[in-house]
Amino acid sequence: MLPMNKLWLGLGGLVVAAVSPAAMAAWGLNMPKGITGISRETYDLHMLIFWICVAIGVVVYGVLIYSLFAYRKSKGAIPASFHHSTKVEIVWTVIPFVILIAMAIPSTRVLTQIYDSSESDLDIMVTGYQWRWQYRYLTEEGEEVTFFSNLATPEEQIYNRAEKGENYLLEVDEPLVVPANKKVRLLLTSADVIHSWWVPALSVKKDAVPGFVNESWFNAEVTGTYRGQCTELCGQDHGFMPVVVNVVEQAEFDAWLAEKQAAAAAVAELANQEWTLDQLVAQGQTVYTTFCMACHQQNGQGLPPAFPALTGSAIATGPIADHVTTVLNGRPGTAMAAYGALLSPVDMAAVITYERNAIGNNVGDMITPVEILQIQAAAQ
Amino acid sequence: MATGHDDHHHGPAKGFTRWLYTTNHKDIGSMYLWFSFAMFLLGGTFALVIRAELFQPGLQFVEPEFFNQMTTMHGLVMVFGAVMPAFVGLANWMIPLMIGAPDMALPRMNNWSFWILPFAFAMLASTLFMEAGAPNFGWTFYAPLSTTYAPSTVTFFIFAIHIMGASSIMGSINIIATIQNLRAPGMTYMKMPLFVWTWLITAYLLIAVMPVLAGVVTMMLFDIHFGTSFFSAAGGGDPVLFQHVFWFFGHPEVYIMILPAFGVVSEIIPTFSRKKLFGYDSMVYATSSIAFLSFIVWAHHMFTTGMPLAGELFFMYATMLIAVPTGVKVFNWVTTMFKGSISFETPMLFSIAFVVLFTMGGFTGLMLAIAPADFQYHDTYFVVAHFHYVLVPGAVFSIMAAAYYWLPKWTGNMYDEALGKLHFWLSFVGINILFFPQHFLGLAGMPRRIPDYALQFADFNMVSTVGAFIFGFSQLLFLFIVVKTVLGGKKATAQVWEGAEGLEWTVPSPAPYHTFTTPPLVP
Amino acid sequence: MAHASKETTHGAYEPYYVPEQSKFPFLASIGLFLMVFGLGNVLNDIKAGISATGSSWLAFTGFFILSSVLYNWFATQIRENHQGLPSAQLKRSYVLAMYWFIFSEVMFFSAFFGALFYVRNLAVPWLGGEGAKGVASMLWPDFSPVWPVISNPNPQLFTNPGESMAWRGFGEALHYLPLWNTILLLTSSVTVHIAHTALKNNNRKKLITWLALTVLLGAVFLVLQVEEYAEAYSELGLTLNSGIYGSTFFLLTGFHGFHVTLGAFMLFVILMRAVKGHFKPEDHFGFEAASWYWHFVDVVWVCLFLFVYIF
Ligand code: HEA
Ligand code: HEA
Ligand code: HEC
Ligand code: CUA
Ligand SMILES: [Cu+2]
Repeated sequence: MLPMNKLWLGLGGLVVAAVSPAAMAAWGLNMPKGITGISRETYDLHMLIFWICVAIGVVVYGVLIYSLFAYRKSKGAIPASFHHSTKVEIVWTVIPFVILIAMAIPSTRVLTQIYDSSESDLDIMVTGYQWRWQYRYLTEEGEEVTFFSNLATPEEQIYNRAEKGENYLLEVDEPLVVPANKKVRLLLTSADVIHSWWVPALSVKKDAVPGFVNESWFNAEVTGTYRGQCTELCGQDHGFMPVVVNVVEQAEFDAWLAEKQAAAAAVAELANQEWTLDQLVAQGQTVYTTFCMACHQQNGQGLPPAFPALTGSAIATGPIADHVTTVLNGRPGTAMAAYGALLSPVDMAAVITYERNAIGNNVGDMITPVEILQIQAAAQ
Repeated sequence: MATGHDDHHHGPAKGFTRWLYTTNHKDIGSMYLWFSFAMFLLGGTFALVIRAELFQPGLQFVEPEFFNQMTTMHGLVMVFGAVMPAFVGLANWMIPLMIGAPDMALPRMNNWSFWILPFAFAMLASTLFMEAGAPNFGWTFYAPLSTTYAPSTVTFFIFAIHIMGASSIMGSINIIATIQNLRAPGMTYMKMPLFVWTWLITAYLLIAVMPVLAGVVTMMLFDIHFGTSFFSAAGGGDPVLFQHVFWFFGHPEVYIMILPAFGVVSEIIPTFSRKKLFGYDSMVYATSSIAFLSFIVWAHHMFTTGMPLAGELFFMYATMLIAVPTGVKVFNWVTTMFKGSISFETPMLFSIAFVVLFTMGGFTGLMLAIAPADFQYHDTYFVVAHFHYVLVPGAVFSIMAAAYYWLPKWTGNMYDEALGKLHFWLSFVGINILFFPQHFLGLAGMPRRIPDYALQFADFNMVSTVGAFIFGFSQLLFLFIVVKTVLGGKKATAQVWEGAEGLEWTVPSPAPYHTFTTPPLVP
Repeated sequence: MAHASKETTHGAYEPYYVPEQSKFPFLASIGLFLMVFGLGNVLNDIKAGISATGSSWLAFTGFFILSSVLYNWFATQIRENHQGLPSAQLKRSYVLAMYWFIFSEVMFFSAFFGALFYVRNLAVPWLGGEGAKGVASMLWPDFSPVWPVISNPNPQLFTNPGESMAWRGFGEALHYLPLWNTILLLTSSVTVHIAHTALKNNNRKKLITWLALTVLLGAVFLVLQVEEYAEAYSELGLTLNSGIYGSTFFLLTGFHGFHVTLGAFMLFVILMRAVKGHFKPEDHFGFEAASWYWHFVDVVWVCLFLFVYIF
């Protein structure tokens, strides 16, 4: 039975290697300590439970391994005849129970803290979409800032046609920006299926459930960029829905916010500008790639029967009013969401015009942002 | 009542209709076991697709959509096709032999329970070839991904769940009726072998939760096809309601997959320790407590759904409590070996590995139970590592231990001990290479159910995939050993193992087609 | 316990009847498979807007196979019983099986009752701004959480029911169908009990009369329920599509109605058998099984009446 020996040693070695602090840092074996009070408390809790389990393991496995060596038949062991002891049973019922109480106390304390999201300095609404995050800063009325945060890793890297970058799959076009040392409250919801917003360094993981709102909060103490991912299976591109948070000093944050607000005003202004068909198609291509391509595919051929083709479709080549209604209001009860609230009038006009004059369609008509605004106003 | 029943002593019918029309618990048991092994290979093949794709970052072999189908089908096939039917097969073979019953209580229904399964799985697997693709929403099929956003094949998935649920319910009714009603005189409850006990309790669990699973898929069916709004807030429903109902089934389900394993191990360890099981009574009580607790812990799978604080706390405490009765079991097994006279035949090796590795899975389970920490673990590979440790070196190892332990009784031949040991060591080493690194992956932040990952996860994924192929291909050796034993080998005695005790070891090996047509007397 | 009656000495053991082989289970599996596979196709065809004729035939064939196999299966079972094959022990197995089957049905209904309690006490209040997760109401500013939900969070997706089925006060009691249905079902539980007593006293005529009355009451119940549904759809605007109230209402009462249909059918078969002279005062498991099932259906109704209609 020599192999057994060696294996135990090997396995033991592995466990020791795994938990020795140096190894943890070097090989990324353990949870990050994070940069919030809660994340450190969670880490400590994790380590506490871990070491308790190791200790119990040492005792249990110790007795087991000892028995395997000391009482083997091949060494002439004679079996004892005892098979019952109420006293022992009580002892090993009570001791684990006491240990569990010792674990429950700090857990309860940390959990209660996590659940206290009151008195925040900044509220941000986080909405999950297939497959991107939308952030809305709930600042003063009329000064709200809303934007999408999309995966920025190019397809070439994913399909191994290009060298993978340092933050492969963990990079976005526009990260969430928050001030350091402020209590940031998140209000999480979803527009379609359940997603889950997770940044390990903040120790925040909370589901975004369509139709409901979950609360969570963090207070980041160190500036920097922190990355995470969507952690609830949300369909095809669940693995391609990263979260990136930039923690910056308050002043920098204020400047960033002001810039964003100005940009939002400019976009609103853009809607009143004159647009030509070519301009709209050009703009529409970006919108299409970001929002529509996942289902309707790059060339508009779709993935029937789940996702219909737009090339030659009755809607995309028929009366433009129907096309607008479909994209504005979506198709309730299907995966086709209502994009009215998500896309700016410019983007809306652009993507519709694009779909009618590209991806194999050639209708020749267009709709302007102003017309979109009128349709939306009429629907109110 | 002396109507000519000499036909009871006939052997099996000839030809393949023996298998289609049989009412014999041994035939049905064998069919369940073969079926489950086939499903194990199928589900394992899906797993190998997953592991192959995850060997390196980037997309190499499959598209994300197909990857999700693989994950879903792997989970479903392993849980409902491999592990559960394997235990039902063992129950069919062994319970009548262990309690001195002539057969199962309702032999025809027994056959029906089995034959539903191949059809159910054929229907489920056929979705892989349909245009819309197989179910892709995970084995936990959370709404609305599985309702509004599901491929049309979800309808077949729902009906497959319905009929395999019917199969499980009929199967467990049969087991309960057999145990309650067909024990030989003198076989009191507290004399029953632990395998019988654990199955009795498992059958209660099954009857209690399979209808709830049927209920939740029915609600899905209505949401999808008849316009109801159980899982849609727009109509006043709640997607999280789905999770509550699902996990009310789902958590007991995981104990359905482990309690019979506890039973198997509690038979094998005493035999090869040549010492009676320590603390028989407390084992029975512990099993019952686990079963009871399993009904009030379901929401520990939902800590991040944003339940109110009081709910989180309740489910956290209740979950932690399960460590107590489970601990009692582990301590009893270890104490049984303590001061025994141990030998290391293949069933014993698998059982020892079970105790060690299951306990490790239990420890990580306890870590997951700590709600604030679970916010970091949830839906990462740490969870994947946890449940594979309890399921593969847990449930699956116990099934293999049982197969080696009872093969001589089933076939009359001894298996090849050297090959058996080889199979064990390959499996043991393979499984740890496969799943141990997944703990690190999870802690470092790798979510589950993703076809591609960030670069810092590359090394351990590669290791894990290597382990998967070692473990997977070792199972072909198992197939070889079993077939070889069925075909021939050293003849087994009635008792087979020196330390074995119980009624099943009093009948010849192979066990005659009909046993205990008149009940034996149990001292 | 149960073993006392089985035997005292070895020789006196009554053999446990194990049928030699049987085609029924395998054929029934084929029938069941064709039925659900066909049904799945029917639903998908309808959703895709294509003709469901072929798949309907498939489903129907499956249903036909399944029901004829079950018919023959039960007939065989009854024949064996008349031949005296089942021992007292085997009959106990039947009893146990029926108990546990009914328990599984109880759990099936629990799933729906659980859903009802959850939405009433948690989800709907949250959506309307009450309780621990009331922030959800920021998504549904116009929704107010009352039960029955007459105005849905999003009435465009799920049309509002015009009216609910709730209790309308004692003034309306006489026109309140569910109350009549309660009375009908409770009475039928009594009549089936009277029939049972008659059977035990070997009073055939009384047995048949009271059993027939039970079946009749069941049938009237079903008629009234159809009437109630028709009213819901045509007058109250309460449909499967009316949001969570309609969803819970129709699924709970619908599955109950389906079980009443099954139970009434079982009792009807038992009635036919009684007419043919089956059953003995001391041995009539078929009757008992059907009547237990009937009582179970009755209890479910009482829960429904309380939690779906009254409170
Ligand atoms: C056989 C199956 C099985 C078994 C037995 C268990 C056993 C346990 N499981 Fe596990 N679990 C699963 C299968 C199983 N689990 C699956 C499949 C999932 C994922 C589902 C999915 O999402 O897909 C899951 C997920 C899961 C979660 C959710 C994680 C998440 O998604 O975030 C949690 C959380 O509490 C959990 C906890 C536990 C606990 C506390 C036990 C306990 O029963 C363990 C008890 C055992 C011990 C603790 C060891 C022995 C005890 C001692 C030696 C005594 C002394 C010990 C102490 C006092 C510490 N499990
Ligand atoms: C009892 C249940 C059980 C068992 C035994 C296994 C066994 C294995 N599981 Fe898994 N697993 C689950 C239950 C189980 N699993 C569940 C419930 C999930 C969650 C699903 C979800 O997220 O929804 C999961 C998820 C899961 C994942 C995560 C997927 C993801 O999140 O995307 C992974 C990844 O590594 C994995 C791997 C494996 C491997 C490598 C094995 C190995 O043990 C398999 C061993 C391999 C074989 C046995 C193959 C043998 C076959 C051959 C060698 C080919 C020969 C072919 C012929 C002869 C025809 N499993
Ligand atoms: C998550 C998947 C998904 C995304 C993303 C998506 N769609 Fe769709 N789309 C669908 C589905 C599904 C349908 C079919 C709905 C139905 O069955 O009625 C559809 C239908 C349509 C139709 C009508 C086609 C027809 O002939 O019936 C148009 C036009 C359309 N989408 C435009 C868009 C635009 C523009 C975008 C991006 C701004 C977009 N879609 C993004 C899934 C999607
Ligand atoms: Cu979004 Cu996963
Ligand atoms: Cu669980």
